[in-house]
Amino acid sequence: MTYVIIAIAVLVVAGAVLLIVRRRRNRPALTSPARAAMPEVLVGELAARPSLEAEAPAPSLAQRLATSRGVFDRVRSMTGVGAVSAEQLDVVEEVLLRSDIGVVTTGAILEELRKNGAPDGVAAALRRILLDSLRASRSVVTTADEGRVPVWLFVGVNGVGKTTTIGKLAQRHVDEGRSVVLAAGDTFRAAAADQLQRWAERTGADIVRSAEGADPGSVVHDALGRAAARGADIVLADTAGRRANSTNLLDELSKVRRVADRAPGQVVETFMVLDATTGQNALSQAREFLAAAAVTGIVLTKLDGTARGGIVVAIERELAIPVKFVGVGEGVHDLITFDPVAFVDSLLEA
Amino acid sequence: MFDALTDRLERLGSSLRSRGRLTDADIDEALGEVRAALLEADVELSVVRAFLEAVRARLSGEVLSQSLSPGQQVIKAVHDQLVEVLGGSALKVTYASRPPTVVLLAGLQGAGKTTTAAKLASWFKQQGRQPYLIAADLQRPAAIEQLRVLGRQIGVDVFSEPSDPVDVARRGVAEATRLGRDVVIIDTAGRLSIDEALMREVREISDVTSPHYTFLVIDAVTGQDAVHTAKSFHGVLELSGIIVTKLDYDARGGAVLSARGVVGRPVVFASTGERMADFDLFHPDRMASRILGMGDALSLIEQAERTMDAEVMAESAGRMMSGTFTLDDFMAQLNQVRKMGSLGGLMKLMPGVTKEMRTAASNVDDGELNKVEAIIRSMTPRERREPVIIDGSRRTRIARGSGTTVSAVNQLLKQFTEMRKMMKQMSGGGVPNLPGGMGRMAGMAARAGAARAETLPPGFEALGAGMNAGAPSARGGAKNKKKKGGRVTPPKQR
Repeated sequence: MTYVIIAIAVLVVAGAVLLIVRRRRNRPALTSPARAAMPEVLVGELAARPSLEAEAPAPSLAQRLATSRGVFDRVRSMTGVGAVSAEQLDVVEEVLLRSDIGVVTTGAILEELRKNGAPDGVAAALRRILLDSLRASRSVVTTADEGRVPVWLFVGVNGVGKTTTIGKLAQRHVDEGRSVVLAAGDTFRAAAADQLQRWAERTGADIVRSAEGADPGSVVHDALGRAAARGADIVLADTAGRRANSTNLLDELSKVRRVADRAPGQVVETFMVLDATTGQNALSQAREFLAAAAVTGIVLTKLDGTARGGIVVAIERELAIPVKFVGVGEGVHDLITFDPVAFVDSLLEA
Repeated sequence: MFDALTDRLERLGSSLRSRGRLTDADIDEALGEVRAALLEADVELSVVRAFLEAVRARLSGEVLSQSLSPGQQVIKAVHDQLVEVLGGSALKVTYASRPPTVVLLAGLQGAGKTTTAAKLASWFKQQGRQPYLIAADLQRPAAIEQLRVLGRQIGVDVFSEPSDPVDVARRGVAEATRLGRDVVIIDTAGRLSIDEALMREVREISDVTSPHYTFLVIDAVTGQDAVHTAKSFHGVLELSGIIVTKLDYDARGGAVLSARGVVGRPVVFASTGERMADFDLFHPDRMASRILGMGDALSLIEQAERTMDAEVMAESAGRMMSGTFTLDDFMAQLNQVRKMGSLGGLMKLMPGVTKEMRTAASNVDDGELNKVEAIIRSMTPRERREPVIIDGSRRTRIARGSGTTVSAVNQLLKQFTEMRKMMKQMSGGGVPNLPGGMGRMAGMAARAGAARAETLPPGFEALGAGMNAGAPSARGGAKNKKKKGGRVTPPKQR
């Protein structure tokens, strides 16, 4: 099958070349690709810069979300008992869509509301449905079988905050009295290992790293060896960010997981790190990473911004992967345990 | 990326195709589909509403066209509106009359600013400029180191010092002026739009460096929050444009529409992969065509022109037309293809390629291409010229020599033979018989130089023609061609 693709690609390019050749022939006077002309757009645009002084103070959280608060106030004021009206459903739909819960899950929730009605008001019914979607256990495993070293593996797409999350969790483990070994398994991104190294220094964790471009599996393997030799309590293994629609990258991840799960290691948790600003693509990320690396939990990062991260509701409903930690800032302690009630309330009332 | 949207619009197109005229009910139904598609693509709710209103205005204001079927008319209206929202035409990058031209990058954490900074520098270098990078991200551990490594890879100097981001930026620009660099790119720390202190800081950086361009770097997988982010950054920095990253994810990229719709600034660059080459100017009109499933042949041709060795290609193209294409030529072309970037990226640009093929192509990695090369290199020169002489024992030898299996060798030879067959047809002027929508591509390219068709967007006629010919979707089109051309089968395994 690979060959088919390659053959097609070559054909395509060959076709493109043919066209170029023909075009060139038709237009022999073609000069070297001219540099883009330079209309003076720049100056005009600079003049339009807003002045910092005149700027109103940054709006407060409440103001920023005023629109959606207005919407939710409308939901809460819907006191109608029993059947939910079409207009009410529209408002609920808007609230859910704006929280990034996603089209499909929103549809399902609306359907539930329509079918079961809202005996104690729409807001309460909606809150109940959302909380019911977040019922999975959120306990984390920190111990492995006798003689094995527990491993937490971190996976995710590029730029979601895997390395930072590991740094914060290292601090958490250290605070709880465990000795930690970090495995710098992101050997792809430039200076990723340096970034993790800083976290190791900051938290007092041990780190095993290798050269850029090294095999991530071997880094994890070495980290396990070190952890076993020193009697460390837990290994936190970083991996390179990867898009979730590439079989090769996911296969590589499966391999890292296999290596980490081999004695003396034992993978007790695999976290998918997810950026709260992510839209519905998060669902396919979760699906792919679940299949490739048996994800056991989600770390939802950057929840201190304006994004609500509602897509985790869809993920838990559909794939039963619970959110276990939430990142709420850049400080080393800004990682907290996920609380469904607080989360749902922030979705609805923010 | 915009696949779901494309699928929906294709379905929409075929369901309206058969009807004679467009009633209000038709418009409502069509817009309902468009709404669902946009929401699934993560376009922000208020942007969706505005978009639908605009499309409705287009449809109801317009006299029913004689030459377009109702379905085509809806698609055309959606297409035109997409082009309008996405920014009309590509932004022409211009340079300050007194160098250096200063470019400031800002955005949320993890949007890809540092990588983008390097890619942008590499792009400017390709334009014949001397870029200079300033690492003003002192927040994230090792961000400077990351930019340094990338800078080394692309041969661009990186300025930084462990002081204060504003100072770093100011001194960096001064240093660039001293060194006579004509483009300066400032990478800043990721920041949340609600972090007042950090927003003030980036504004100060902007004040002391007076950038000619301020770009917001935004992640294509962003959901509804794209609007918040774009608005806040625009309010503080007066953006000149948007750079969208991670367009190679299977996200539908609605964030592009949202951010664009809210700040009214064009999307200027798009990043479509991890390699430095996977980065280019964003072409709104082409993107709109892509959304509508018409491929993006123009980008493909341009990319080919930019990266390929014309002499090598012309030579083998000549042999191709005369039907004496050899495995050596195949290998030469393959190497040219690899220079152009990832296969997945290329397939996305190609019109008439099905989603499965695109996914499959994005899974072909360097290792497999290496394997192909190894197989060909394990052949003798004569075998490469005349693959027919390769018998069983030669096959075994080649497989052993290349560290592959006999069946891999067989497959390669089979594909090669079929390819050669197709090439003969191609050179015989049989453009309509080309596989995978290449006929369409040729049509588009032919039209590219010519004036735009008055009523239709580029490539639109081809789509319409395909639909009328009973090939309602790109997929159907590919199948039809398979019969005619005896071409390679689209992969079904995954």
